[in-house]
Amino acid sequence: MSTDTADREHYEAVVVGCGPGGAAAAARLAEHGVETLVLERGTEAGSKNVSGGLIYAEDSAPYTIDDLFDGFREEAAERPVTDYRIHNVAGNSVKTYDLRDLHEHDTDWCEAVLRRRMDSWLEQRVHEKTSETGGGVLTNVRVNGLLREDGEIVGVTCDELDPIGADLIVAADGVNSELARDAGLMDWEEPEEWFQGVKAVVDMDPAVIDDRFDLGEDEGAAHLFSGDLFEDVRGGGFLYTNEDSLSIGTVFHLDSLVEQQAEPHQLLDALLTHPMMARWLGDEYAEREYAAKLVPDSKKVAHPEPYQDRLVLVGDAAGQMQAQGPIIKGMNHAVTAGALAADAFAVTRGNADPEAAGRRYAKLLEDSGTMDKLRPRRYELARAVGERETVTNAVERVLDSPVGRVALGNPISNRLLERAYNSPFLVSMLPDTRTGYVTVPSIIGEQHGRTIQWETDIEPPTLEERIGELTYDTDVGNPHIELEDESFDASGAAVYACPVSAEDFGGGCYRSEEVTHNGSEETVVSLDTQPCVECGTCAIVADTTWEHPRGGKGVEYREG
Amino acid sequence: MRSIVLTKGVPDFSEGAVSFDEDGHLERGKTPTVMNPNDEFAVQAALQTKVRHGGHVSGMSMGPPGYAEVLEEAMESVYLDDSYLLSDRELAASDTWATAITLNAGLETYQEQVAEIDLVFAGFKTADGETGQTGPQTCWGMDWPIVTHVIALDVDSEERRLRAKRLVEGDVDEIETVEAPLPCFVVTDPEFEPTYRKASHRLTHKQLRAETQERAANHEEHLTTWDHVDLNLDPDYIGLDGSPTIVSSVDPIPKAPSEREATMIDPGEDDMGEVLEEMHPFAAGGDAGTGAGD
Ligand SMILES: Cc1cc2nc3c(=O)[nH]c(=O)nc-3n(C[C@H](O)[C@H](O)[C@H](O)COP(=O)(O)OP(=O)(O)OC[C@H]3O[C@@H](n4cnc5c(N)ncnc54)[C@H](O)[C@@H]3O)c2cc1C
Ligand code: SF4
Repeated sequence: MSTDTADREHYEAVVVGCGPGGAAAAARLAEHGVETLVLERGTEAGSKNVSGGLIYAEDSAPYTIDDLFDGFREEAAERPVTDYRIHNVAGNSVKTYDLRDLHEHDTDWCEAVLRRRMDSWLEQRVHEKTSETGGGVLTNVRVNGLLREDGEIVGVTCDELDPIGADLIVAADGVNSELARDAGLMDWEEPEEWFQGVKAVVDMDPAVIDDRFDLGEDEGAAHLFSGDLFEDVRGGGFLYTNEDSLSIGTVFHLDSLVEQQAEPHQLLDALLTHPMMARWLGDEYAEREYAAKLVPDSKKVAHPEPYQDRLVLVGDAAGQMQAQGPIIKGMNHAVTAGALAADAFAVTRGNADPEAAGRRYAKLLEDSGTMDKLRPRRYELARAVGERETVTNAVERVLDSPVGRVALGNPISNRLLERAYNSPFLVSMLPDTRTGYVTVPSIIGEQHGRTIQWETDIEPPTLEERIGELTYDTDVGNPHIELEDESFDASGAAVYACPVSAEDFGGGCYRSEEVTHNGSEETVVSLDTQPCVECGTCAIVADTTWEHPRGGKGVEYREG
Repeated sequence: MRSIVLTKGVPDFSEGAVSFDEDGHLERGKTPTVMNPNDEFAVQAALQTKVRHGGHVSGMSMGPPGYAEVLEEAMESVYLDDSYLLSDRELAASDTWATAITLNAGLETYQEQVAEIDLVFAGFKTADGETGQTGPQTCWGMDWPIVTHVIALDVDSEERRLRAKRLVEGDVDEIETVEAPLPCFVVTDPEFEPTYRKASHRLTHKQLRAETQERAANHEEHLTTWDHVDLNLDPDYIGLDGSPTIVSSVDPIPKAPSEREATMIDPGEDDMGEVLEEMHPFAAGGDAGTGAGD
């Protein structure tokens, strides 16, 4: 294959990934008349993607998805969210707060989405728009690295295509961005910088949804869960209504999952089988899809200068995923960032300095207030004391003492607590410790909660059944992950933390086994990538060489 | 670039579709017609040429009116611009020779009435005839160079030359690269694989697919049928009368009965002798002791 510069293909802009970030960047580039090629590794955009997912249109955001794509809400989304609550759980005791004020703060609208439907719709629109300026969207193409000339980034290399040059490269390749890693802008080292999201899409007739959630036409519900439901693992659960299904899932701090040796699918099951779910799920449970993906924590990793040479990072690739308390906002920020990156390129077009667009983009992120949402300065300040173990322990002891319980448990604090939860300011300061996720919610549940008397008969599918229901196009003989160190110390965490592996399950990706080595017993880890859902967890928690599969290969989500 | 793909309809030999009468004759009427599987490669080669160099691809087929479906299938899969069906009662029961004469006339007529041709693509062998003669015979009539067993193809439209990789004698182990001037006749090998490693090629491919969907839905509008008069052919030299080959009958090949026998032996280490003993009577030339271990 010729890699000569002479006959190398060149586009003005190459956008890698057709999720919300890539779609927004490409649409906006096309609006600026830029010749834009979009490369997406899935067989269709959305086939690799998972979110909860509520997509927000913030009043304060410079761009929202319906600004860029006419008809988005009507054609690509499920239900608008009109009812928003949080449930604090302590055993069978649950205290529910109405979170509408928090939800509606700075919100123009908010819709539940399923990613296969949403992203494939976006792909069509993006293809139409970019075709008009000499480009288009290609699926089944995986970008595998950056093309460099004299050490400078000038394009991309792919599994399926010859190298392509570009004046602007937009890495909108999501969490575990291979391009951000290749550029040295992001690393995959620290579990505390990530969350892991796991989700089930549950089949349900629209009329039954309306009835069980007390919804009228064009209404939808969002329920959040926290407390001791998940033992000591820091994180929470969610339930969102779609047109004819429910999205139910959990989002946990990855370091906490690893510490507690928790099994993600069991945590999801703990939510599904909690008695409070019975009134929504009834006794017939039909799971359409089980899915998982990592989520970056923008407070810790959102890159303040997400560019290098002609490369800019947008969305999850740049760590622009805001999770604070019960709010999860990734898709909307990816859209904003994508559009801003496009604008930055448009105004610096033709500038001889390859970093002109990147610098302008970083400035736009800052000036538009986006960066402060992603990395709130007040969180940085609060975190300095809040997350230190001694402080946490001291606070925990007070809360757990009779005094603390009375403080959180008296009727006045009940009202204050509801207000506190609804305060975007307070929520953005909540430290990421078990105090916020477990202790406070469970004390609230215990002190103010009502004991749930319902029974639940739901039996979620086993991990084996869940894997069996997924669609894979396995790249036989070409595994995308390689285990570098098979010792339990280095890679054992993946046996638990991998959402399609479990300690006592032989059909998953990671397994541990006892072997006798030079006469002494040793636990080693082995890997089979066939059931992998490409969530990215083992790229962080195990010693691996981790890549995405070739274009079109691997898991294919139908719901997302 | 103007290309023609020659395709043929064949009975659908896939399991369950094919039907024979009591005497073992193929019941054409009851067996659905599909595109000759080997033509798929010709069609892919024509598409690759169109994607890379632009231009126009016409499908051409000789056969009963029902073959229009085959051309429609080709239109969908290869994004044909239009198709030509050479169809006439007088053409029925043609052997490879009479077929070649007719296709030849089709190509001549095309050149006279439609446009000069640069490339003709044909598949290697049909699934029902297995002779592999029609392609070369048709070409012989055109007096153009022919490249057979083509597995990869590149066309230089300015120089009006093609460069092809072909299997020497159809052998997968021996590949040669040949060049030929246009117009040229290309017979593709089942090993032919189109490659699209340029983004622009894939975008063109995608665009062609979108355009063709509409066209294929109104296939009749893009179909021209020529009979022997249009083709200027003498009935004595075509169809059954013009065919020197006579097929006496078609025999279905009986399935070989399975005659396998299994003996279960517990494969303990000491029992290998037992295995060898069991195998001994089957070992050609006797000594079972000097087997795989040597
Ligand atoms: C369980 C869960 C719940 C969530 N809930 C919410 C929520 O309620 N609200 C919200 O706003 N966000 C939520 N998120 C986060 C949200 O999904 C992400 O922040 C968002 O998808 C980021 O968008 P993106 O465009 O940056 O990346 P993605 O949506 O991940 O898109 C990246 C695209 O790039 C493609 N790609 C990747 N690598 C390559 C490559 N090498 N070559 C070619 N293509 C490539 C992928 O196939 C994909 O299409 C949730 C996430 C999870 C996992
Ligand atoms: S093998 Fe790794 S990437 Fe794949 S599902 Fe398991 S943890 Fe996720």
